[in-house]
Amino acid sequence: MYVAVKGGERAIEHAHDWLAQARRGDMAVPDLGVAQIREQLALAVDRVMAEGSLHDPDLAALALKQARGDVIEAVFLIRAFRTTLPRFGASVPVDTGDMQIIRRISATFKDAPGGQVLGPTFDYTHRLLDFDLADGVAPPPAPEAAASPDPVPHILSHLGEEGLMQPEPAGDAENAQDVPDLTRAPLEFPASRPLRLQALTRADEGFLLSLAYSTQRGYGRNHAFVGELRIGHVRVAAHMPELGFDIEFADILVTECETVNQFQGSKSEPAQFTRGYGLVFGQSERKAISMALVDRALRARELGEDMGDAPAQDEEFVLSHCDNIQSSGFLEHIKLPHYVDFQAELELIRKLRRDAGAVREAAQ
Amino acid sequence: MTADPFARRDWMGLIARAPLARLDALWPDDPPAFTWLRAPEMGAMMVQGRAGAVGAAFNLGEVTVTRATVRLDCGTVGHALVQGRSARKAERAALLDALLQTGAGAGLHARVLGPLRDAECGDADTRARRAAATKVDFFTMARGDA
Repeated sequence: MYVAVKGGERAIEHAHDWLAQARRGDMAVPDLGVAQIREQLALAVDRVMAEGSLHDPDLAALALKQARGDVIEAVFLIRAFRTTLPRFGASVPVDTGDMQIIRRISATFKDAPGGQVLGPTFDYTHRLLDFDLADGVAPPPAPEAAASPDPVPHILSHLGEEGLMQPEPAGDAENAQDVPDLTRAPLEFPASRPLRLQALTRADEGFLLSLAYSTQRGYGRNHAFVGELRIGHVRVAAHMPELGFDIEFADILVTECETVNQFQGSKSEPAQFTRGYGLVFGQSERKAISMALVDRALRARELGEDMGDAPAQDEEFVLSHCDNIQSSGFLEHIKLPHYVDFQAELELIRKLRRDAGAVREAAQ
Repeated sequence: MTADPFARRDWMGLIARAPLARLDALWPDDPPAFTWLRAPEMGAMMVQGRAGAVGAAFNLGEVTVTRATVRLDCGTVGHALVQGRSARKAERAALLDALLQTGAGAGLHARVLGPLRDAECGDADTRARRAAATKVDFFTMARGDA
């Protein structure tokens, strides 16, 4: 139990003053601008937006600066800010088929229509430290080539046309406001797939990565191919009831991953491929692939698969522990004063030792 | 770029997505006389996606937005729902939306909307051309025993 205590105001104030100075660091080094963070630490900004569950690159960059680069602290700041914003409504679901692609690869089809587009990737770099960056050497301009205006269809839609891919059922929600929202109602189990996907897209990347890796190593084995990974810009549209039409009010970068997994079939369904799905704010393919693997693992019950005691298949385990703000809130509260609780424990252990001593003396 | 006339839904979106600096550079004019029907208000819209890209809708996360509504002295009403947290951008967007519905609209189409669309298409085109330069050309290796 946490018992409120008073005192320490002066110490707290001084600690925060020191924090502000420690955040600034050596005054001989120029102050870091929020725009610099937004532009040059873009993947950290993307992670803060995804886990903070609020798309606003300037705010995420500010949060990173304020948190001294502590990503979870920055996510905490964004979550806290988010609660102050009135919700005007929900968008029309984004159409990722209409994405303006900057990267798109498939591990299942070499000659997919639209091709394999590498984009700005760390893949194939040698992971050797580049000391030119320490010297601030400007990069050469990115090469350009003639772009095809043709659409880039989802690769898995081709399997769907052959009936080899399990179709995605439409949701129960009649309209946007009916889509389950864990920021509005407490999580209840069993959770629907839309609720699970919402929890996974804002989940801690490290936690999801480990769970996804555990499925690959055999804990809830479910061999996944990356059917398609795409990163690009999508338009976000909203219906304007006072005007009677939709407007595309925002443009955001997202990462999407669709995995292809085997499904043996059941009494009612033929053998076919099933899908795991990941969709995340920003450029974050590690998170999107992890999300897709965990989404697929959590479908084990629905697909009538063997359920062992694999953590990734345990919906309550995954969804109750994937949020890093919830986790660190409970974890870190134990550093707050528990003086009274501990006094009680101390008294108890002293009494037990006294009683045991008395028994020993009596026995001698 | 295409020279299609702009429908109201198109110009509202185009202005909503534009960076404020670009909008200010194209339309630095003093605002006409107007009254607020809804002063700029910052908030969030929940962005939704679909399971498996085509299935059930789910909540992906929110995006910051600002909305405003103005009425010009002639009675024309302008609405704005813009990406980001700028009261000024929402005000400018709502005023433009109103003006574009009036006789002043024709001039603003050419002066503001055309360049805004060209700039947005230009950004997209640069990204598409860079992406195209990273497209993989596969070739089949000749086998040693052939």
